Amino acid sequence: MMILGAIVTLAGAVFLFLGALGLVRMPDVYNRMQAGTKATTLGAMLFIIGVALYNQEFSIWGKAILLVLFILLTNPLSSHALARAAHRIKIPMTEKTVKDDLAQETYYLQDEEK
Amino acid sequence: MNKLKHSLILFFMLMVIWLLLTSPDLQEIIAGVITSAMIVLLTQKLEPVLGDVRITPQSIISVIRFIFVFLRELIVSNLDVAKRVLSPSLPINPGFVIVNTRLKSNIGKLVLANSITLTPGTLTTEVKGQNLYIHWIDIKEDDMEGATKEIVQKFEKHLEVIFG
Repeated sequence: MMILGAIVTLAGAVFLFLGALGLVRMPDVYNRMQAGTKATTLGAMLFIIGVALYNQEFSIWGKAILLVLFILLTNPLSSHALARAAHRIKIPMTEKTVKDDLAQETYYLQDEEK
Repeated sequence: MNKLKHSLILFFMLMVIWLLLTSPDLQEIIAGVITSAMIVLLTQKLEPVLGDVRITPQSIISVIRFIFVFLRELIVSNLDVAKRVLSPSLPINPGFVIVNTRLKSNIGKLVLANSITLTPGTLTTEVKGQNLYIHWIDIKEDDMEGATKEIVQKFEKHLEVIFG
């Protein structure tokens, strides 16, 4: 069980590392957000589950499940808020961008103030 | 009716969280019941979002199916990000697309938007009515119907049973 816990924790660390690498390699804020959100969600989840496997106490399992649930609920929410704010203040996209349907929406800040 | 259901579900959720955080003995349970009841009473003025959750045998089956679909998509999405990040040419083809959803309730849209953010290459950026604006790292479908089919429908058919 301890070995399994160590392996799962290592897998979590690998995903967290890939997320960090994604932050460096991706060209603009939206693509960075993509790499950041997904890798950190699964990475942190595996890390917590690994620690719970390592310790095998009921109380730790309960807290681990709660932590995983809260990460699943809040992590995508925060990246959504950041990406939305970035698009609202018109942070430029990379040249590779092929399509921007969101730019058609003209209800942005000016409209809401009226 | 909606409000009562919301209060009951909220109370049940708070009790489960309390029991997971503490040890299950009588004193802790009494303290938990009092605290949960107070939270439920003090938040009566907020919108009863949990009232839209349906509790039927079909919806419980859908919850289990949804959890499996979601976990599979989460793992696929991470391998996808890993592949993109590690390949030297950085194969991305990003942009924003519109998709629409049939879900009516706010909590249903919330779960859908969160699930889309955690699935391969998509990030929910804006929600307006029935439309979701999604940043897609590798655009495969150009029109709205195609994108909706590709991104939304695998979750929507389960969430529709649970939240409506």
